[in-house]
Amino acid sequence: MSQVAVADRIAKEITENPVMLYMKGTAMFPQCGFSARVVQILSHMNVPFATANVLEDPELRDGIKQFSQWPTIPQLYVKGEFVGGCDIITEMYQTGELSSLMAENGIAHSVAA
Amino acid sequence: MAMTANAIENLIRAAIPDARVTVEDLAGDGDHYAATVVSEQFRGITRLKQHQMIYAALQGRMGGELHALALQTSAPE
Repeated sequence: MSQVAVADRIAKEITENPVMLYMKGTAMFPQCGFSARVVQILSHMNVPFATANVLEDPELRDGIKQFSQWPTIPQLYVKGEFVGGCDIITEMYQTGELSSLMAENGIAHSVAA
Repeated sequence: MAMTANAIENLIRAAIPDARVTVEDLAGDGDHYAATVVSEQFRGITRLKQHQMIYAALQGRMGGELHALALQTSAPE
């Protein structure tokens, strides 16, 4: 798949899925501690989310880094916007910013305990 | 080829001269670090942009030589 095709695929995925997580592994079987933590946070908030496993697709793994100009995985997108990687999502979760971001975007979630 | 804490600090300081930088080796393998960076240049910009500044300072090593860098960035209180 060419670079343009990968970028188009990503653009489509982040538009079709309000909450889209590019990760190593799957939600059921994360294969990296940082990816697992973001899955845990989203699950804890009962946020419905889609995932893509970059370990299965080297072109996606590089393409997503070009797309967001962010060098690491995982990468979380909400309503087509790149929100951040594991550190930022963890900090936003702790400060309640993640909850307000979901609310602002009309995404159902349970408020963090 | 792993990186040393010192190399990380120097790269960050070269790009952000006023930064107060602390780097902690998380796993002793030269691959997993945590860094806190405090700089006036972070005032008023999003956390995402702050982290992107750090990645730019590391000149492409992030995700390659350097596998993991847990980042805490902020402007001085």
